[in-house]
Amino acid sequence: MIGGIKRGSARVGAVGVAAVLALSLAACGGGGISNNAGTGGKACGNVNIALNGWVGYESDAYVVGNVLTSKLGCTVNYVKLSEQPSWAGMASGTVDTILENWGHDDLVAKYITQQKVVVDAGQTGNKGVIGWYVPPWMAAKYPDITNWQNLNKYASMFKTSESGSQGQLLDGDPSYVTNDQALVTNLKLNFKVVVGGSEAALIQSFKTAEANKTPLLAYFYEPQWFFSEMKLVKVNLPAYTTGCDADAAKVACDYPPYNLNKLMSTKFANSGSPAVNVIKNFTWTNDDQNLVSTYISSNGMSPDAAAQKWIAANPDKVAAWLK
Amino acid sequence: MSALGTLDPASKEEQPLVVPEKKRRTGLKLAVILAVWLVGWLIFRGTGTLSQPFAQLNGFDTWLNHIRDNIQAASLTNWFFHGVLGQVSTFVNWLVTQAGQWISHPAGVRPVPQIGWLGVLGIATWVTYLVAGVRSTVLVAVSFFLFAWLGFWASSMDLLIVTAIAVVASLLVGIPTGIVMARSRTVSGIITPILDAMQTMPSFCYLLPIFMLFGPGATCAVVLTVIYSLPPLVRITEHGIRSVSPTTIEAARSLGVTRSQLLRQVQLPMARRTIVLGINQCTLAALSMAVIAAYVNGPGLGIDVLSALNALNVGQAAVPGLLIVVMAIMLDRTTTAVSERTGRRIVQIGRTVARPGLLGRVLSINPVLRRRIALCGGVLVVAMMIYLSRSQLDYAKFQDSWTVGGHLSTWINDVTNNVVSHIDKVTLEFKNAVSYGALNPLQNVLANSPWWLVAPIILALSFVIGGLRPLVISAVCEGVIFGVGLWNDAMVTLTSVLVATALTMILAIIVGVWMGRNRRAEVLVRPILDAFQTIPPFVYLVPALALFGPTRFTAIVAGIAYAAPIAIKLVTDGILGVPETIIEAARSNGVTSWQMIRKVQLPMARPSLVLAANQGLLYVLSMVVIGGMVGAGSLGYIVVSGSVQGDIFGKGVAAGIAIIALGIMLDRIAKSAVDRQKS
Repeated sequence: MIGGIKRGSARVGAVGVAAVLALSLAACGGGGISNNAGTGGKACGNVNIALNGWVGYESDAYVVGNVLTSKLGCTVNYVKLSEQPSWAGMASGTVDTILENWGHDDLVAKYITQQKVVVDAGQTGNKGVIGWYVPPWMAAKYPDITNWQNLNKYASMFKTSESGSQGQLLDGDPSYVTNDQALVTNLKLNFKVVVGGSEAALIQSFKTAEANKTPLLAYFYEPQWFFSEMKLVKVNLPAYTTGCDADAAKVACDYPPYNLNKLMSTKFANSGSPAVNVIKNFTWTNDDQNLVSTYISSNGMSPDAAAQKWIAANPDKVAAWLK
Repeated sequence: MSALGTLDPASKEEQPLVVPEKKRRTGLKLAVILAVWLVGWLIFRGTGTLSQPFAQLNGFDTWLNHIRDNIQAASLTNWFFHGVLGQVSTFVNWLVTQAGQWISHPAGVRPVPQIGWLGVLGIATWVTYLVAGVRSTVLVAVSFFLFAWLGFWASSMDLLIVTAIAVVASLLVGIPTGIVMARSRTVSGIITPILDAMQTMPSFCYLLPIFMLFGPGATCAVVLTVIYSLPPLVRITEHGIRSVSPTTIEAARSLGVTRSQLLRQVQLPMARRTIVLGINQCTLAALSMAVIAAYVNGPGLGIDVLSALNALNVGQAAVPGLLIVVMAIMLDRTTTAVSERTGRRIVQIGRTVARPGLLGRVLSINPVLRRRIALCGGVLVVAMMIYLSRSQLDYAKFQDSWTVGGHLSTWINDVTNNVVSHIDKVTLEFKNAVSYGALNPLQNVLANSPWWLVAPIILALSFVIGGLRPLVISAVCEGVIFGVGLWNDAMVTLTSVLVATALTMILAIIVGVWMGRNRRAEVLVRPILDAFQTIPPFVYLVPALALFGPTRFTAIVAGIAYAAPIAIKLVTDGILGVPETIIEAARSNGVTSWQMIRKVQLPMARPSLVLAANQGLLYVLSMVVIGGMVGAGSLGYIVVSGSVQGDIFGKGVAAGIAIIALGIMLDRIAKSAVDRQKS
């Protein structure tokens, strides 16, 4: 045992030597590299942007983030979270802003109306569409499939190992809004809703279906980078009218068009940070967003590099946000 | 995800053959039960299935939602949630930020960390040499170089920091807990079930509540990681202290030592090697959880894997995934080497001689002196490396143009696309065959029978397979599943779990027998098995989706990919454990290879096969939630939904509880079967 202890202390000594060395080097050798770019970041300070899990959102976040960093000298942190935790993050003060919000009436009521910890920061200019889509080859071969009334005619074609004797309607990411089960029931469609479980499951299914010319009917949404790779075709459900989706169990109409908006925590909005104005002014089109998303997903650029490329090519739009 | 506690080295020992008469009776009973079930299904199918629409919540679910809302409201003001946890959160976040500024992120005015990549590499290598040995030192140097070379230096360092902080926190809590448990049966009895729940609860269930308490940032990741990595450490510590030989303790007692002296001077030193093994398991568990913590912004390589998954870029996900494997191998081998040295030191009590390494033998000088020289020389080299990494940009930040990660991911994408486009029609056919042939019929019988028929049948099966104890446990677990209102979903999940386990066993027997009979095969396959045990499942989900579509079968494939390695290793172990004399005797009777496998090796390895099935089952079960992301539906999907949708939260937790119940039930039935094989 004595030997063991002695050895142990020799070891501690050695570690100590290394630590002292490292510290002394830290103290005296620090002049070698310094930052030339950082000038006056204090006026803006920290901005915590929620980073929700789809590429379109990444485009919003990194473009705004890069503008804030390069033009205002802010320190931007991207907080990777899904939608609902991001709202909770604004309530608890760890997230300052969400840059692409899809509705969420329940959360609007809870955090904006009741608790007043979140404020609306205006629209992003992006138009959100949710609906049922088929791969392009199907729309070409069966042109009348885009009318929901013909879906039952083709139901048997969509049969898979998961859907029993009915046709399969594939649903996607569990965090997104869906009325599909009610729609199938209320429109008396001979389909079964099968849950894919993730966006990756949806996109990969469309890829396989188009490549192998196999049938697929699935829940999907725009803006989405995948549309730059494949023009999916939307199936028209009975047109949306205001209030037709009021009772979740009785929905028999299409999804409403979404005007996507931005959100800020009340605390951040009142902080006087110059970033607040830029975030409020930020608006662009679906095409703009899809372009940046394509840089990221198809061209394999990092979100930062993709954002910088777009910013460099669109100085006018950026200048308008800075007013 | 490890279930080390149930691994049993005794399976290597020679086992008596099972009495055939007894087996046949069990078979008969099973057949009768199944026949009753089938008849019942034919008459009553489709009634009393307790199937419920996804969006429907019951009282228990809304109650859980309510608790969540209360805690969330309290987290803004309450002294404990806001005050105490807030302080903890601030402290850990500060710690991680500080550590990050030293080795991974720009520090203040410097556009690079305090110590650049070269310096960190030097320090890590030198420290490893100090505590582990030459082989580990080389491994660590290569690993750290790979982190930089493949272009993920900062993320790798972040992951290491989170893992390290979580392991230190686990040690501070875990070792004292393990010691107290070893010294008190009562405490052990209270804490063991808590550990069971911590290990079987799907991590997605507590992702969101922990996030709400600590907010986004490193603290949340550290807390999640501690929850997951603590149980193996506590268990192994308790086991280590308990297994100190009673004669030693008696001898110490007779010398009149006090209880605390006994602990400090006898039990702890003797259990030291086992405890280091516990630290090893804890570290690996921490690493795998730190990756999943990326879902709540936990820093590190997990974030890179998940972002690549969003863009459906397999190659971009595979490279950081590969680095996680590298890091796991590095941590595993290094901590194992430390534990072996610790073991050696106890054997050599009183001597300080280290084993002469390669360099020592070449120089043929006194090994102690040689080591001191190497360490002192090392300090100078490391100091030089640190200095360079502080003064030269090239050594502070690994230049992007030097990295090869991008090329590697492009190459992986090309290969994957090529392979997928050539075989996807075949694999989809295979998926259909298994789904129509096994999955659908089985699910039809399990989930389409009325609950009042399935419940007693499962009890009867537990009794016939295991005995009275499993019967009682199954009854309790069934009660829990029924109580949380997810009976039908649990049956659907059970179907997939059973099919996945069956396929895992088929694969395990084929590969295991091959590896057990062929030394070269073992050397070839074992690293692949190691890789599949450590690579985060998200990496291979996309190719799996391409090959099998979003279906229950894809979830089954993910389960097999995760469970097969441990099952294969156990089967191989069993085959290798068959005594050479028996093989020789059979060979002298002129049996063919096929006869040898079927009549001698497999029957003799039977206990290992049963153990492999038990472990395979548990590993498959731990992948249920991941399966929910690729089309498994039912419990796994509910848990995933609960972690992202506020309304579903309560139902998600309920589904997590149902998974625990399912796991405990299957585990106890299988364990009793293992015990019966042994007796």
